[in-house]
Amino acid sequence: MKRIVLMGNPNVGKSVIFYRMTGIHVIASNYPGTTVGYTKGDFTFPSNIPVSPESRFQPGERCEVIDAPGVYSLEPSSRAEEVAVDILKSADLVISVVDATNLERNLCLTLQILEKNIPTVVALNIWDETKHLGIHIDPVKLEEMLGIPVVPTVGVTGEGIRKLAESLNDAGSGNHPARTREDRWLEMGRIVSSCQHLTHHHHTFLQRLSDISVHPVIGLIMAVLVLFLSFKIIRFIGESLIGYVAEPIFEGLYAPLLMKLSGVLGPGSVLHHILIGKLIDGEIDFIQSFGVLSTGLFVPLGMVLPYIISFYLVLSFLEDFGYLPRLAVLLDGLFHRVGLHGYAIIPTLLGLGCNVPAIMGTRILEGRRERFICATLISIGVPCAALQAMIFGLVGERGGRYVATVYITLFLVWLILGFILSRFVKGYSPELIIEIPHYRLPPLGPFFKKLRVRVFGFLREAVPIILIGVLVVNLLYAVGIFNFLANLTAPVITRLLGLPKESIVAILVGFLRKDVAVGMLGPLNLTSKQLVVACTVLAMSFPCIATFTILLKELGVKDMLKSTAIMLTTSVIVGTILNQVIRF
Amino acid sequence: MIVRKYISLAELGAGRSCRIMEPASGRGLTRRLEEMGIRAGKRAVKISGMPLRGPVVVQVGGTRIALGHGMARKIMVEV
Repeated sequence: MKRIVLMGNPNVGKSVIFYRMTGIHVIASNYPGTTVGYTKGDFTFPSNIPVSPESRFQPGERCEVIDAPGVYSLEPSSRAEEVAVDILKSADLVISVVDATNLERNLCLTLQILEKNIPTVVALNIWDETKHLGIHIDPVKLEEMLGIPVVPTVGVTGEGIRKLAESLNDAGSGNHPARTREDRWLEMGRIVSSCQHLTHHHHTFLQRLSDISVHPVIGLIMAVLVLFLSFKIIRFIGESLIGYVAEPIFEGLYAPLLMKLSGVLGPGSVLHHILIGKLIDGEIDFIQSFGVLSTGLFVPLGMVLPYIISFYLVLSFLEDFGYLPRLAVLLDGLFHRVGLHGYAIIPTLLGLGCNVPAIMGTRILEGRRERFICATLISIGVPCAALQAMIFGLVGERGGRYVATVYITLFLVWLILGFILSRFVKGYSPELIIEIPHYRLPPLGPFFKKLRVRVFGFLREAVPIILIGVLVVNLLYAVGIFNFLANLTAPVITRLLGLPKESIVAILVGFLRKDVAVGMLGPLNLTSKQLVVACTVLAMSFPCIATFTILLKELGVKDMLKSTAIMLTTSVIVGTILNQVIRF
Repeated sequence: MIVRKYISLAELGAGRSCRIMEPASGRGLTRRLEEMGIRAGKRAVKISGMPLRGPVVVQVGGTRIALGHGMARKIMVEV
């Protein structure tokens, strides 16, 4: 099978073109470094394209397509670039994806690929943006000068993708001699001056917005507004979905159904205990009953899913619009205090959705030290959407100030721990150097597709674990293991944290899923203060199993153990302090 | 006679345009900057600089690039 590799600078739309060719959806966003690994997919050469028998690709032929991480050069200076260069060695054909709004700089990589004598075609992507920017490129002239096919494309709408496929059979390497860096720049300049001319254009609204987004004063005010609005919108959509969709379905339709099942099984039977759980005043209580079919389904679908939808709706918009790198610039100063640079805001924000992609996303940070600090801080101080939904659901009932206490504590821990880590973890943090993308209004199709991928991802990963978790917990209760554990850990849990000894079960379940764990605090009849302590400890202590696995993969055994030790110590210390300090 | 002024990108005022001179940074960094389009002879416009030694945003060609303050101090420009 022939191998086609998509190569290009960061944030030129490789993942979108990959999706158009293979139908495989890779999370694509408007910031450099969205693709940190590489993805493979299958592309079938269209059967209705005329070819000759000697053509490289025959109709219906299947080939492998690789979406490589974005690089500026083939002279590797970072891990991502090494990966890309390795991938290139195995390529039968390269699609060099070029940002048409930034032709000159993008040509550097294209020329380097051609100098390696690999058959190449150029996808002149983001073609639609050139018009408003007053950039006029002559693709025919460019094709002549490079000696290979050049196809204007708009990845997000799919425009030009068919032409791109047709051009694959004409791919060539254009007889480019190996050049020195200086020669290459001269060549780039020569090509650009004859293929592209710029006309004066008035700054568009988005460009003006772009300028003020990084203004030291207006930019900061904007950032505060954006974050505040995002929070409000997430809560509004999340609560509306719960109030108008989830609760009516669960209380109105599902509960009566379950009650019938309850009657059939007979309260008191083992199966009833496992599937439906305890009846509270003869009724099913979706939080307290704790059966596989009651709480086990209500937590992921009734409480968490609405917030997953609303969170990713807002985050995806900010990502695709291109706001996040600007936030990175604004927050760079603050992040340097905790040993990171501003770009760490991107994995950190992803962590508010789910810690797993967030920790994978720390790959956009260069150094090992930064990645360790960032991943540890995310696991400790950044609660995922599922956990937050439960905190809002359970703690929110008692009043806003209790929720605020949890959040303020987590933020302070993030800040103070980061400050300490940046002093003690060896190494230095490199400075920020990122390209800031143009603002783009995300086209609705791919936008909702991405939202769907993320929401289904949550359902696939979370629902089975929650159901199995509730089942296992019920079985272990029956065996009596938890009593033993509760007595064993009582000194820490009761003395230091001031919680009833049974809460150890919830904290242990937190290793499976934090959302169920918070749900388990419900039946314990905790005081508001205890609830705040328990939620904070749960958020900070052991990461859930999915996060744990990804920490192991990304940091290695040694650093993962270090990170976990830090988490456990910090959560006990902070829990103890909270228990002593807060008075409501 | 035209007076030429050489200052670093960090000192340049926001909104001013300039021509980039040879960067005085290490080889690895110089190379990275060059690949992103910041190299000797290029015209650039400084979009903004964050206070408290925050990053500097500069436009070169069609690209906007944010650089740490330390880096921006090493890039000399001609006003």
